[in-house]
Parts: sequence; C-alpha cells; structure tokens
Amino acid sequence: MAKLFEAKKLCAFYGATQVLFDVDFSIEQGKITTILGANGAGKTTTLRALCQIVKTTGSMTLNAGNGDVQIVGKATDAVVRMGVAHVPDGRGTFTALSVEDNLRLGAYVRSDRDAVAKDMEHCFKLFPRLRERRTQQAGTLSGGEQQMLAISRALMLKPKLLLLDEPSFGLAPLIVAEIFRIMRQINEEDGVSMLLVEQNASLALNLAHHAYLLETGNVALSGPAEQIKNDESVRRAYLGY
Amino acid sequence: MEALLYQVFSGLANGIIYGSVALALVMIYQATHHINFAQGEMATFSTFIAWWLMQEGWGYWAAFFITVGISFVGGLLVQRIVLRPIEKAPVLTNVIVFIGLLLIFNALAGMLFDHTIKSFASPFPKDSFLATKYFSAHQIGSAGVLLVVLFALFAFFRYTSVGLAMRAAAQNPDSAKLVGIRVSWMLGLGWGLAAAIGAVAGMMVAPIVFLDPNMMAGILLYGFAGALLGGIDNPLGAVFGGLLVGVLENLLGAYVIGTELKLTVALVLIVGTLTLRPDGLFGKKVVTRV
Repeated sequence: MAKLFEAKKLCAFYGATQVLFDVDFSIEQGKITTILGANGAGKTTTLRALCQIVKTTGSMTLNAGNGDVQIVGKATDAVVRMGVAHVPDGRGTFTALSVEDNLRLGAYVRSDRDAVAKDMEHCFKLFPRLRERRTQQAGTLSGGEQQMLAISRALMLKPKLLLLDEPSFGLAPLIVAEIFRIMRQINEEDGVSMLLVEQNASLALNLAHHAYLLETGNVALSGPAEQIKNDESVRRAYLGY
Repeated sequence: MEALLYQVFSGLANGIIYGSVALALVMIYQATHHINFAQGEMATFSTFIAWWLMQEGWGYWAAFFITVGISFVGGLLVQRIVLRPIEKAPVLTNVIVFIGLLLIFNALAGMLFDHTIKSFASPFPKDSFLATKYFSAHQIGSAGVLLVVLFALFAFFRYTSVGLAMRAAAQNPDSAKLVGIRVSWMLGLGWGLAAAIGAVAGMMVAPIVFLDPNMMAGILLYGFAGALLGGIDNPLGAVFGGLLVGVLENLLGAYVIGTELKLTVALVLIVGTLTLRPDGLFGKKVVTRV
C-alpha cells in the first residue's frame, strides 16, 4: 500500500519542554490510522506538529500524488493548502458565524466554486441535522452538532489527510456511535485517509486499520488495529478487560 | 423649538464625523482587539496628503480617491512593519506603540506640511441643491459619503470570501489558520481598511474645523465614546453611537453645561459606558454552549 504520510525522528516542543521524542510513524493512503495513549502522551501534540502549530524538528513528508513534500518548516496555512484538514480538540468552530459560513470557510483555499457547492450538499447529506441549522449561529448548536460541523468544515477542504482530535470527547454514546459510523462511511465511500487521536481506545481500534501507542512521547507499540486490540498489555491498560 | 431643532441637527452633523472615526476604530478592534490611539493622527496625515495633492493641482475627487488608496497601503504597511513583530506581545506593549505612532504621525504632519491652520475645500458647495434649512450642503454630503462607506463595508464583510475570512480570523485566529487563512495578512488588511476610513473621516471633517496637525485630537475622543456607546464590535452600532454622541454633546453644551465643558461629555460617556454597560448599546454577547 502506498504511504500517504511519513514522519521520521519527529520531535515537538512547547517552549523548552520537549513532548515528542524521535517519533516514527506513517499513514497509508485511504486508511484510518489511530494514535492511542494516556493523557499527556503527546497525541494532540502529534496532530499539532503535523499542522506546524508547535515547534518541530525531524522530518514529515506528505505524498499527495506528486512525490514527497516536506512539511516541517512550513506555515500552518501552507500545510492546509497541501490538503491537510485538522479537526482540533474543542472542535474549533467559529461560534459567532452561521453553520453555512463555517462550511464556506472550510473551503477557503479552494477556487473551484461549483464543486464547493456540491461538497456542501454532500456534507448536508452526511449530517442532515446541519442542513436544518444552516443559518443558525454555530455557538448555539449542541456539542454533537458542533462536532459534526467541525468534521464537515474539514471535509470542505477536500482533504488528502483528515486529522481528528478526540471526536468522541464530551458527547453522549449514541451521538458518538453516529459520528463514528459516518467517519467510516467517509473513509470507505470517499476514500479520505484519516489520522485519529482518541482516548476511547476500543472505539478507535474498531474503526482504524492501523494503530500506534504513544507513551510519554515515544512510540511504545504499533501494528494493525486487530493485532493491537488483542495485545495483552494494551487490553489491560487501555481497554480494561 | 427652532433653536432646539437646530442644536439637534448640527449635533447630528458632527455625529456623522464621530461615526466615521468610530467606524475606523471598530474596524481595527474587530481585527485585533486593540484600540488604535493613533487613528486620529493617521487620519489627519491622510488629510494632509489630500490637501497637498490639491495644492499640486489635482481635482477634489481625484485627490480624494488617491488619498484613500495611499492611506489603505499606508495602514497595511504600518501593520506589516511596525505591529507584526509585536503581534504576540502583551496589550501594554501595543498601547505604547500606538502612542508612539500617534506622536510620529503628528510630528511628521507638522514637519512636512507645517503647523499653520489651512482651509480645506469641500466637494459640496454651499449653494448646491443639497443645502437645506437645517443642514449645510457639506453636512448632507458627508452623511451620504459615510452611508456609502458603511454600505460598502457591510457588503464586503457579508458577501466576499475575504470579508468572511477577516471575520473568522478576528474571532478565532487558531481555527482560521487551520482552514488556511493567512491571519497576519488579515490583520494588515484590517489596518488598511481602517486607515482608508480614517482618511475619509479626516477629509470630511477638515472643511469644518480647518486642517492642522492636531485637528483630530478631540474628534478621536468623541469617536471613541461613540464606538464604545454603540458597542465596540458592531460597525453599525458605532455609527449610531457617533451620532448619539454628537447630539448629546450639542444639547448638553447648549442647555446644560456650556461649550467649555463639551469634551467632558465624551469622557463621561466613556467612563459611564464602561462601568454600566461594557458591551455598549448594540454590542453582541457571543452565545456559547458547552
């Protein structure tokens, strides 16, 4: 399988504090990769490093069809232009703007207007509730609806790689199930590659094809999701049985 | 009654100017969450440029639009060169820089164009069809200009993708970066627009108060009061606030406190708004649900 993304010796820093230590990982084209780990292991930081929001060293390359392009050293907006869409923790919606404006902003770097209109329609099909609320201020949506909006906003970029930071956080189990079902649909039908960070390990391992386990900024374990799920130590520490 | 009406209307005429200054302040506040204390001096400097262009033989409207263009670029450059390096600095650093800019533009205007008071032409001649019983032609004309500016701004923010991006960048810079918006340039654009609006305000006020380097000092204060009263994050509110300040100032000046204490009205309004209703009359509270 072709590699879409590869990180080598990735280090990340908040000021003088180092959070990631020589992390190597890769994402396969069209697959869902997940990063698991405890609080403070560096999961969110990995996503932030990928978008160049935190200071990073090492190498990260994205191959969107025309060779490997280096990400480290680029500005955040330039990484977005390469086709990396990030659904940050806390969702990052524009709360004072309408649902439609949020979606329009997701497609800000695109110039193909007709296709943008079509993609917005596609988002409304995936999440019919957003269509009902299209003129409503995003801040008035429920938590689940905001998460749907955040994912839709990211999809509006027509991303090569979709980064998701704890999409289940703070949501009712039913809503979480619905969102994960739609994420699978987006991956299978639209072929969007994803990097998923989750606290809820069993949820993530059921969805993902490949998994990495981070422990204090190092990769402790990696492999196909099936295999990780059956790993004795992972089961005890993260799945709880 | 006649006299009262006259006071109200001439207050409205002043208010139009305060409204334009308030609008410029709101523009920068929306983009950066800072109040630009140099706004008035920048506007004065722009007005001097227009004056100079007319001295060189340009017609009024040519000079007007060239000045607006130069001011836009100038505002953008000030942000790029002076303010970008301190984007992440604390508020106080920014305030000091604003005061520095104020002194620089004030001194530059005096140095380049000297301190003598100059008369500045109005594009709306006294005897034109615009003149009515209560308003001079210039007052009606500048109201029209302000309306055009307001409408253009509204259309820009409401219907263009750059306008939307500017709103997004102001509201949530981190998320704005994640959709590919160059946030720092949006700030520059905000400064450019504010400088251009300031230039319009300066050129509209100069025929009334005459042009000198300190022309805008008091007006900025009224503009600030107007912006706060209307709601510092609401362009329409700012214009309305400016009008209200103009009328209040005139009425209180004529019937209650006398002309000498007029400026106090602005200061009382500022303190009053900030203590009693910090969001202003039309400022909106952002609704969030957790």
